[in-house]
Amino acid sequence: MHITDKNTCIEVENVSFRYDGDSVLENVTFSVNAGEYMGIIGPNGGGKTTLLKIILGLLEPTTGTVKIFGNEVGKSKKALLQIGYVPQRISRGDFHFPATVEEIVASGRTARRGLLKWFNKEDKTAIEEAMETTEITGYRNRSMNKLSGGEQQKVFIARALAGEPKILILDEPVVGVDITSQEKFYAFLQKINQQFGLTIIFVSHDIDVIAHQVKSVLCINRELVCHGSPKEFIKEEFMEKLYGKKVKFILHGH
Amino acid sequence: MLEIFQFDFMIRAFTAGITIAVIAPLIGSFLIVRRYSLMADTLAHVSLLGISVGLITKVNPIGTAIIASVLGAIGIEKLRGGKKISGESALALFLSGSLAIATVVIGLAKGFSVNLFSFLFGSISTVSLIDLYLIIGLGIIVLATIILFYKELFLVSFDEDLAQANGVPAKALNFILVILAAITVSLSIRTIGVLLIGALTVIPVLAAFQYGRSFRQTILLSVIFSLISVISGLFLSFYFALPSGGIIVVVALVIFLLSLAIKKTG
Repeated sequence: MHITDKNTCIEVENVSFRYDGDSVLENVTFSVNAGEYMGIIGPNGGGKTTLLKIILGLLEPTTGTVKIFGNEVGKSKKALLQIGYVPQRISRGDFHFPATVEEIVASGRTARRGLLKWFNKEDKTAIEEAMETTEITGYRNRSMNKLSGGEQQKVFIARALAGEPKILILDEPVVGVDITSQEKFYAFLQKINQQFGLTIIFVSHDIDVIAHQVKSVLCINRELVCHGSPKEFIKEEFMEKLYGKKVKFILHGH
Repeated sequence: MLEIFQFDFMIRAFTAGITIAVIAPLIGSFLIVRRYSLMADTLAHVSLLGISVGLITKVNPIGTAIIASVLGAIGIEKLRGGKKISGESALALFLSGSLAIATVVIGLAKGFSVNLFSFLFGSISTVSLIDLYLIIGLGIIVLATIILFYKELFLVSFDEDLAQANGVPAKALNFILVILAAITVSLSIRTIGVLLIGALTVIPVLAAFQYGRSFRQTILLSVIFSLISVISGLFLSFYFALPSGGIIVVVALVIFLLSLAIKKTG
């Protein structure tokens, strides 16, 4: 089953992952088109984070392959450079890492510049643009520790954009961000998806948001439960497979 | 006052001290933000094992200390990477384990206990010419490596997962960092001493944390604090006949306390 559409940016083929003999993912196959805005959803322990880590090259699948624009993850460094990754914003507690917004954003450019090379003009422009897109240029010299959750989230997106990726992958991006900021945040994602044609994939446990914002949904519960438009997704049969019998999906009117 | 520089051993002590004053907090900054504050201390204990072997076999003890601590650093990273044991436990294991072996080795070769005191607490009169060459040569290598890999070390320290996801060789960089730490610790034995080098990699950095907004600022400031501590410590050591390591760390502590006080009022 080979997909050779030139619009395909991610191809996941027969990916399985076992941990200590337990099956976490079983034969997952799907592809993502360039420019797509996709949500990955599934219950906790359903393997969505594992899938993300496999796509990012952080975990090696037990079987199967992942290709990014035709380059296999784990075999070609080119594959990873196409992806901007925004990790889950973990609470660092009282942990103090002295760094300014600009330093953090610039660190997202590290891999693209490569080892033993200093940032050049091109890199600096990309870093500036990433800060402008995310509207954080105004506090570039502020300490990362003094920012709110929403502001820190923007910095991490700017950091991902600084590497000029074609795909942006976000892991639970709105955890710890208040509701008003959440809405602004999703509007922002939509904007960069439309304006720059950036492929966006995010993992969320928030079903409501997924149904409203994204163009397609991928449901994972050890295996691929469904992959389609949000409207298909809210059909009861899928909800049952994902979360068990009693769950009903209630659409909030906007 | 400058009679102090009429003595060759003092010139050697100052050259060695200044080299260490620059590299110790640089390494320390990266270790602390990665919550490896005890790494330097652990490697210092491992280097004590190297010293004891060096004293028995009559090989330059700084050389054997470097070999032991580099091997120890690699061992700690391997244990941590294997995920069978947490990073913190790996440090505890190496710290006490190597100290135990060192005391056995020392016990087997009775008779160099006087010499040992200077290794534990530092002594300004013990830096030999060979030591000095080692310290300057390897010190420059440590400094150059940090500068060359600065942007990667920053990324790996701030977000190791992201570094890996971006294809930056995070594991190799971890090894580089701990090996540099091992070398730095061993080079510091003469002037600072095994038991106190951990303090010099940590305390000036903590003081710099009170002021530095950016990481770059913070590490530069930590080097300045460390230089002040080492230079004034060596003077005090000379004029008051005190073990150099102790007085250097006391000065660093005073700077740290001042940084807390001035930060609060400011």
